[in-house]
Amino acid sequence: MQPTLKINQLSKVIGKKTIIDNISFDVFPGEVFGFLGPNGAGKTTTIRMIVGLIKPTKGTVSICGHNVEREFVQAMTQIGAIVENPELYKFLSGRENLEVFARMLPDVTEARIQEVIDLVDLTARIDDKVKTYSLGMRQRLGIAQALLNNPRVLILDEPTNGLDPMGIRDLRLFIRRLVEETGLSVLVSSHILAEIELLADRVAIMSRGKIVKVGTVQDLINELASTVDIHVPDSFEALPVVRGFESVTQADVVDERTIRVSMNLEDTARLNRYLLERDVAVSGLERRVQTLEELFITLTGGDHIV
Amino acid sequence: MSNPSLIGLIRNEVLKIHRKRRLLVVSTILVVLVSMFTYANYRQIEKQREEQGTIDWRVDLQQEIIDTQNRLASANVQDEFRQILEFRVQQNQYYLDNDINPSYPGAPTFMRIFFSQGTTLVLPLFIIVLMADIVSGEHNDGTIKTLLSRPVRRFKILLAKWMTTLLYTSLLIFITAFVSYAISGIVLGWDGWTAPILTGFQASPTGTFSTDFVHTLPMWQYLLMSVGLAWFVVAAVGTIALMVSVVVKNTATGIGIMMAVLISGPLLTSLGSNWDSSKYLVNVNFGLHTYLEGQAPPIDGMTLPFSLVIITAWALAALGFAFYHFTQKDVY
Repeated sequence: MQPTLKINQLSKVIGKKTIIDNISFDVFPGEVFGFLGPNGAGKTTTIRMIVGLIKPTKGTVSICGHNVEREFVQAMTQIGAIVENPELYKFLSGRENLEVFARMLPDVTEARIQEVIDLVDLTARIDDKVKTYSLGMRQRLGIAQALLNNPRVLILDEPTNGLDPMGIRDLRLFIRRLVEETGLSVLVSSHILAEIELLADRVAIMSRGKIVKVGTVQDLINELASTVDIHVPDSFEALPVVRGFESVTQADVVDERTIRVSMNLEDTARLNRYLLERDVAVSGLERRVQTLEELFITLTGGDHIV
Repeated sequence: MSNPSLIGLIRNEVLKIHRKRRLLVVSTILVVLVSMFTYANYRQIEKQREEQGTIDWRVDLQQEIIDTQNRLASANVQDEFRQILEFRVQQNQYYLDNDINPSYPGAPTFMRIFFSQGTTLVLPLFIIVLMADIVSGEHNDGTIKTLLSRPVRRFKILLAKWMTTLLYTSLLIFITAFVSYAISGIVLGWDGWTAPILTGFQASPTGTFSTDFVHTLPMWQYLLMSVGLAWFVVAAVGTIALMVSVVVKNTATGIGIMMAVLISGPLLTSLGSNWDSSKYLVNVNFGLHTYLEGQAPPIDGMTLPFSLVIITAWALAALGFAFYHFTQKDVY
């Protein structure tokens, strides 16, 4: 399968500072790709290069095989984007905004404009001025604008900024439905892990201008699940016994009744038998899944995140 | 017609300016200004009628010549200004000798004076009000990011914005002509389109007053030339304002820069006739009507073709720089 969005060894140097350092990743059709990193990691700069607002110092961005620098018009025909905020003309109505951007696209009919309005559920307020819209409505109008040209790639930069929990949930369902119905690719950037965890199929984690990890969300979760919590009547009494088991690499007391163990997870059952044989009454064994957040801190060396 | 078409892009720009109601503001200011000038003009005529019991322009013109000569007789007149005054005396004398009224009463004469006076400051100011945020406003609103990530070349977007500038220049000139004619006509009367007016006075190569090329034109023809020159200056100022709007992301700063350019023009002309090479500055050349009216040029060696070339050169340079900057620079 051909990637719809291909980032190849992309770098951006401003002055002497390397903002983006040789990053590569692909996004495929029908995929929600999470683009994760703390503020200032270079997510928005990367997105600006994808949509041709700034020029890469090195490397290329291709959209459906079209190089953004050399075939700008063809590349942009296949993409819809919200960069940072949904930037629209506040002094125009929602419909006028869509008409303005429709005139910048090939062959957008009145019917198509109405279709995207219905899609983002803005029909009731579409003829009001955008300055009267709530942030959530602006976000939806921004998405409607980005979808006008039936793009193969949709880019949403921090789409949940300023949305309430209901709005975030709606957006998530909307993106899922959109991907299922149209088979487009969505790149969602965020600095909030929980959001990406729920939404994305694959993620790239970015820190200080570099991609530190790319993988499916499931891969990441499997990788993270490497500790076990053992519930015992008395942690301090049981700790030396636990440490005596061969495959345990580390064991620490969490509280009076819990010991956290790093070990090969395949040996969990044997550890249980081992403890029972030595009169440690195990009341529970719990495979502990680290959150993405914890992995994130490990990977990025404790960059500030929210 | 290919879509996205240039016409569509121009429609977009017109819609944006229209919704900001700028043209309405400018038109309102114009109506107020013209009404005030018309009233002032009316009061002056009334006063004359009271004092002289007549409104014979010959008496008037003779009086003006005597006044100017009196001023010339006093010792403390600067050399540069002396030349301007001498020109004026000789020109007025020429009008008198040929029995042609230089300010035939009526709306067309009002229009002639309004365009002559307005071209250096008021009309350029209006085009700045209309156009100053045509690019910088997109930066202020953040909409530049959406605008430039659509499948239209940046070159084409700026071309549409420039053509919109020219369109609004034409609109502005048309509205000015209409408003100044319609309002002044109520008081001063509507006729005078065919009244003769003289043009072609000029400084001879030796710098003295010359009538060798003087000829009569009907007012309407003279006005057409005058309005054409006004269009030219306003279009050039609009083009330079577009360049400033591209380069300076802050609209208020941009307006400040353009104002400084405009105001320093007349200032330089009044101060700097000793600084000869200032004639190559664009803002010193905006007073194109001085050539039409046959006044002494602000700096020796300046002629109508010279000024047209200088203005064109500056406008083209500004346009070139605007296109370079707009198409090449990163957008944050």
